[in-house]
Amino acid sequence: MRQISRTLLRHPGGLIGLVILAIAIAVALFGPELFPTSPWRMVQRPFLPPFAVKGFPLGTDALGRDVLAGIIYGARVSLLVGLVSTLAALAVGIPVGAVAGYFGGRTGDALMRFTEFFQTVPSFALAIVLVAILQPSIVSIVLAIAIVSWPPVARLVRGEVLSLRTREYVQAAIVTGQSHRWIIWREILPNALSPVIVLASLMVATAILLESSLSFLGLGDPNLMSWGYMVGAGRTVIRQAWWITVFPGIAILLSVLALNLIGEGLNDALNPRLNKDGR
Amino acid sequence: MSPDAAVTIKELKIALPAGADRAHAVDGVSFDLVPGKILCVVGESGSGKSMCAHALMGLLPDNVKPVSGEILFEGQDLLKLDATGWLALRGRHIAMVFQEPMTALNPLMRIGDQIAEMFEAHDLLSPKGRRQKALGLLREVGLPDPERSMRAYPHQLSGGQRQRAMIAMALALEPAVLVADEPTTALDVTTQAQILKLIRDLQRRHNMAVMFITHDFGVVSDIADTVVVLQHGKVVEQGAADEVLSRPQAAYTRALLAAVPTMQPPPRAPLGNRAKAVEVIGLDKTYVSSGGWFQPERRVQAAKEVSFTVLQGETVGLVGESGSGKSSVARLIMRLIEADRGTVRISDTDFTVMSGKELRSARSRIQMIFQDPFASLNPRRKVGNIITDGPIAHGTDPKTARERARELLELVGLNANALDRYPHEFSGGQRQRIGIARALALEPEIIVADEAVSALDVSVQAQVLKLLEDLKARLGLSMLFITHDLRVAAQICDRIAVMQRGAIVELKATAALFSAPEHPYTRELLAAVPGRTASSQAA
Repeated sequence: MRQISRTLLRHPGGLIGLVILAIAIAVALFGPELFPTSPWRMVQRPFLPPFAVKGFPLGTDALGRDVLAGIIYGARVSLLVGLVSTLAALAVGIPVGAVAGYFGGRTGDALMRFTEFFQTVPSFALAIVLVAILQPSIVSIVLAIAIVSWPPVARLVRGEVLSLRTREYVQAAIVTGQSHRWIIWREILPNALSPVIVLASLMVATAILLESSLSFLGLGDPNLMSWGYMVGAGRTVIRQAWWITVFPGIAILLSVLALNLIGEGLNDALNPRLNKDGR
Repeated sequence: MSPDAAVTIKELKIALPAGADRAHAVDGVSFDLVPGKILCVVGESGSGKSMCAHALMGLLPDNVKPVSGEILFEGQDLLKLDATGWLALRGRHIAMVFQEPMTALNPLMRIGDQIAEMFEAHDLLSPKGRRQKALGLLREVGLPDPERSMRAYPHQLSGGQRQRAMIAMALALEPAVLVADEPTTALDVTTQAQILKLIRDLQRRHNMAVMFITHDFGVVSDIADTVVVLQHGKVVEQGAADEVLSRPQAAYTRALLAAVPTMQPPPRAPLGNRAKAVEVIGLDKTYVSSGGWFQPERRVQAAKEVSFTVLQGETVGLVGESGSGKSSVARLIMRLIEADRGTVRISDTDFTVMSGKELRSARSRIQMIFQDPFASLNPRRKVGNIITDGPIAHGTDPKTARERARELLELVGLNANALDRYPHEFSGGQRQRIGIARALALEPEIIVADEAVSALDVSVQAQVLKLLEDLKARLGLSMLFITHDLRVAAQICDRIAVMQRGAIVELKATAALFSAPEHPYTRELLAAVPGRTASSQAA
């Protein structure tokens, strides 16, 4: 593990990604402490441009709410949704994929048909329908994102397990009389994990985008300020007040970019051949 | 330095990247390639023999650089050649045959097109002329039905046929020098014998200089005119093949030659009336792969009525070429795959009817040693865990299991501090010892060794064989030893079963099998072993 983080730090893209993500996390954790005013409160006149008045460096929106405060509170929502929904998707996708790949046969077929059923439905449409039915709230958004994003995990894990299952060390584990659960858990999954970790880092990015898109359409949690909601709310006045949409847009862009860079860095760091040479 | 040499390599030094186990992959190597002669470069893995070949083809990896010396071909130094210079040279003047014909040929291109591509790359002939030439070449290398082979994809040919196609490609532009990098290592013995003969015939007919890289002294004695022996990148001995093989000067060459197992089975004590350790009765297994909608399904019979017994304390060999079903039989016995029919008895219990928990606990009685020491150990688990996982699964307390693992490591000749290290820190031979320790950890009655020494260098192979023999005697084990190498089988087996297309065609005591083979296939196998004449003279 220490080796991996060291290699990741030496990877220029990965390092930049980590720095941006660290800033975003710090903002999400400590920002609200430093900005105790609610982002929903109207604090100045509407359409205040950036740097026009001291204390409002990013200006105000159509209702006179502080854009900077919105971004800071939005970080919490975006990162939380990204992380939790990805964890939920992994919690479903990894077991389904592992069981389908390891046992194969009818069990595997049934599980993969089930997975394909979810994959054939356009994911964004499904997410919209789910959120609309369950009422927009943070829980229903996380749930919807997790439900539309687990199938790729299951397919990836199944593919990895399928190829690892025939390895000699797995056969050796079978021959020494170890149980299926133990073999999947100890022998197969650790070796299948690197691509899953890479995929997961990219999934967090996708989840942030999905949440933003849902909020943009007005399906976000009405009690929580999020970046997507800000972009959506400001879109009608983009020609008069560009800053209302651009700054949250940049926040989305940077965090997604950071996660993608980390994903790429992890991909290199977890590749044992590159890792061994210390490159 | 002979004046008529096609290629002269002088004091070649190739640096390895920093952090490698030595500074130079090749260190001050000099030799000549003479037209009409075959030079064999022999050495164990890591000796730098492939690096020599790749330097000669300009195919060195990016992080490996030649630092001094020269490779002279027609007056120019190939080490100073730029990319365009190499393009004109490769294929046309110096051609190469690779080890693994399946990966060296493009799987999506027809054989004929791949050969015609050689002419196309050098802008020679018209498309029609190219096809004509390709056809002629396929005929020359002895591919059956050349017209059909032209249209075949690589996967439709057998290993030997693919290697013939590779050779046809290499010969297409009548190069002066042919570099063959272990071209027969991936092939069966009978095919190997044919390919060796083909290379020798073609080399005489075209008066080529051949650089033949191999690790197998049997092959050397069959084909070489001159020999260069490499160790750690340095030449330890070079000279005429007869000289080097019959009167080796360097201690390393002598050790290598001594490590090659002879075809003479050592006398073995008769086993008399012992109880049966394993009894295999009528094992049948057919693989069926569905052929899709418009094709018939493919059936491969991997085991046909296979029956034999292994007595207590006995080693039975199972030999045959690839695809003969010997590995399938091992896996059937281990119940890694399920048989269609048949019974495996371990002393008095029926192993084939067990399932679930009962099967898992019975598995400790029969253990397996795998072929590939690099694939058979989980790279993410420490050696200690690899060895103790089995006993712990069978209810041994972890502390006791660890103590036992320590003893086992010492028993197989490793240091006990290996427990806390990962498999990649060990060499191939050491890993195989770890694999043996894992098998022994469950205190089995029977060991199934599936090509357990095939991936190892001869000197390591000799050590591991000795270890197995030793352990077997000390612990009173019975062993089923699966191998394609008759020399190895001769050394370790009490009885040998010869398999062909899923069936045992002959099963006899080792000495009897070697002195009086009855089945024609056994005779064919014995005749194809490389260097047979040389070793029987030496013995």
